[in-house]
Amino acid sequence: MHSFYNFVSGPLAWIAFILFFGGSTYRIVRMLMLVNEKEKFIFTYMSWRYSLRSIFHWIIPFATVNWRRQPVLTVVTFAFHICLMATPIFLLSHVVLWDEAFSISWWTLPDAMADVMTVIVILGAVYFLVRRLTLPEVKFVTSGSDFVILAIVAAPFVTGFFAYHQWLSYPLIMCLHVLAGDIMLAAIPFTRLSHMLFSPFTRAYMGSEFGKVRHARDW
Amino acid sequence: MAEPLKKEKTKVVDEGIDVGISRLTEEKIESVINTVLETETGARLKIYVETCIHCGLCSEACHYYLSHDKDPHYSPVGKIKQTIWEMIKKRGRVSPEFIRRAAIIAQTECNMCKRCAQYCPFGIDIAYMLSVVRRIIHKLGVTPLYIQDTAHSHSVTMNQMWVKGDEWPDTLQWQEEEAQAEIPDLRIPLEKEGADIMYSVIAPEPKFQAQLIYQAAVIMHVAGVNWTMPASVGWDNSDMAMFTGDNEVMGRLKRAHFETAARLKVKKIVMGECGHAFRSVYDMGNRWLGWSMPPFTIVHAIEFYYDLIKDGRIKIAKKYKTVIEMHPNREHNYCCCAGGGVINTGPPFKMTRILGNRVKAEQLFETKTKGAEVLVAPCHNCHSGLHDIVHHYEIGLDIKFFGDIIYEVMEKPE
Repeated sequence: MHSFYNFVSGPLAWIAFILFFGGSTYRIVRMLMLVNEKEKFIFTYMSWRYSLRSIFHWIIPFATVNWRRQPVLTVVTFAFHICLMATPIFLLSHVVLWDEAFSISWWTLPDAMADVMTVIVILGAVYFLVRRLTLPEVKFVTSGSDFVILAIVAAPFVTGFFAYHQWLSYPLIMCLHVLAGDIMLAAIPFTRLSHMLFSPFTRAYMGSEFGKVRHARDW
Repeated sequence: MAEPLKKEKTKVVDEGIDVGISRLTEEKIESVINTVLETETGARLKIYVETCIHCGLCSEACHYYLSHDKDPHYSPVGKIKQTIWEMIKKRGRVSPEFIRRAAIIAQTECNMCKRCAQYCPFGIDIAYMLSVVRRIIHKLGVTPLYIQDTAHSHSVTMNQMWVKGDEWPDTLQWQEEEAQAEIPDLRIPLEKEGADIMYSVIAPEPKFQAQLIYQAAVIMHVAGVNWTMPASVGWDNSDMAMFTGDNEVMGRLKRAHFETAARLKVKKIVMGECGHAFRSVYDMGNRWLGWSMPPFTIVHAIEFYYDLIKDGRIKIAKKYKTVIEMHPNREHNYCCCAGGGVINTGPPFKMTRILGNRVKAEQLFETKTKGAEVLVAPCHNCHSGLHDIVHHYEIGLDIKFFGDIIYEVMEKPE
């Protein structure tokens, strides 16, 4: 168990981070190269003003018509995504690891708060799962991969929650937790979790088309 | 509601689609799909497909979806699943029956209004993806007959309605004479080099609604505009080729239109009340020709009328009616369901667009209960499509162009 833990938190973590940062850079560079090669006009239509105007509206809860039409989803999705990003970055025990390994550290969340945020992510994942299984318009376009990516995202938080509360076998859960985290990081650039990388670009392009060409709002 | 619609889906007989399908082989389908995907698409399609998180949030943007009691087959992403996703996933190995369904979805169950892009958190351009499907359908020769006929007309005559070379100036002369009964010194100037404005219309105006040219001539005359119309090809600004995915013909049409304006050395082009033609001239056709923005200043009739009224060049003699807004409105309004070439697919799909826009009927009825009597539709396709909806659902609203109203209320010489 100990050597497995060393493996997942050592070499495998290195590989996961390399895949995450390297893969993300690769995907974005490839996208820009493809634009340059086949759809160069996209660059001419991009506008900072309209891109940022569109992104700005869509990253604020209830700032768009559709966010206002879907109040429950809006609250859940914003809470889910904020907690999903912030919890692992500002968790005390994660920062301690950075400190021990590289002597770098930063502000951390109180543990009780991180615990609540973890629960928010897990409940958010459950909400998305139920939505996917019950709403006809979502169910119709759902494929196996949608459940897989949801599981990939939920796993580090479920295992992290168990580990924090020391439920079941702590060493085993810790190993699974680190493994799940590695998998999630590595999966981001290579699955539809890549919406994290690409959505600012798609939003910016649509914002530019609507703002600059159509003279209309896209929110 | 759902049952009869499902029957309708299989019952629709369209010769363009049916004959086209009968000529297809799986090899041809595979080769056309992969050629279009490889040579004509790039980062947009790839990123859109890979970024879509299948959340379904675009659904309620679509009037077809809302009108069909939220049947997921009609949601924007549902239409993508039934078309381009499958084509990509199966690397083009889809059946002729699949192509038949894809042709019906892309050509008759989407108006390319892009309301879904205003609902998608990522701004994924679903209408663009369906236009790629239309391009594939075009290259496979499976485009619905009626709209294909208009594309043929464009290709042969450079206008949408098979208006012959002599019929065009004849119609203008006829309308000039009609208008001279009202204003004796009115002219419709033809081929006037160096005029300020070239006025262009869509072919249905000379074909069916020549009085609109009469009204425009009166407005131009009263406002003292230095204007002209071309006597030969290039007068028609419409573009059904844009909606069949026939980009090559779209390019020829727009080139003829711009070159005519250049030949006449006008300062700008003013176009009649038409939605798709503006899209073609201002957004799609110019891009195909390599102009990021049109090479001429293009002014849509509404904007033109606004300027004339604001500058006092035409004066309003009497108040017409009070404006009652419909909801949703402005850029969030529902499409008329005629746009995107759907009305041009003709009688076989008339009920597709009427039943596919029940929400428009509900919206109009609600506005009528607030006191509205007239519905203003500054576009020919909207006008005709809304007429069908108003008639079918027995809403009882008069439908008018802005030009109709301005002609009615403006000060005219005695």
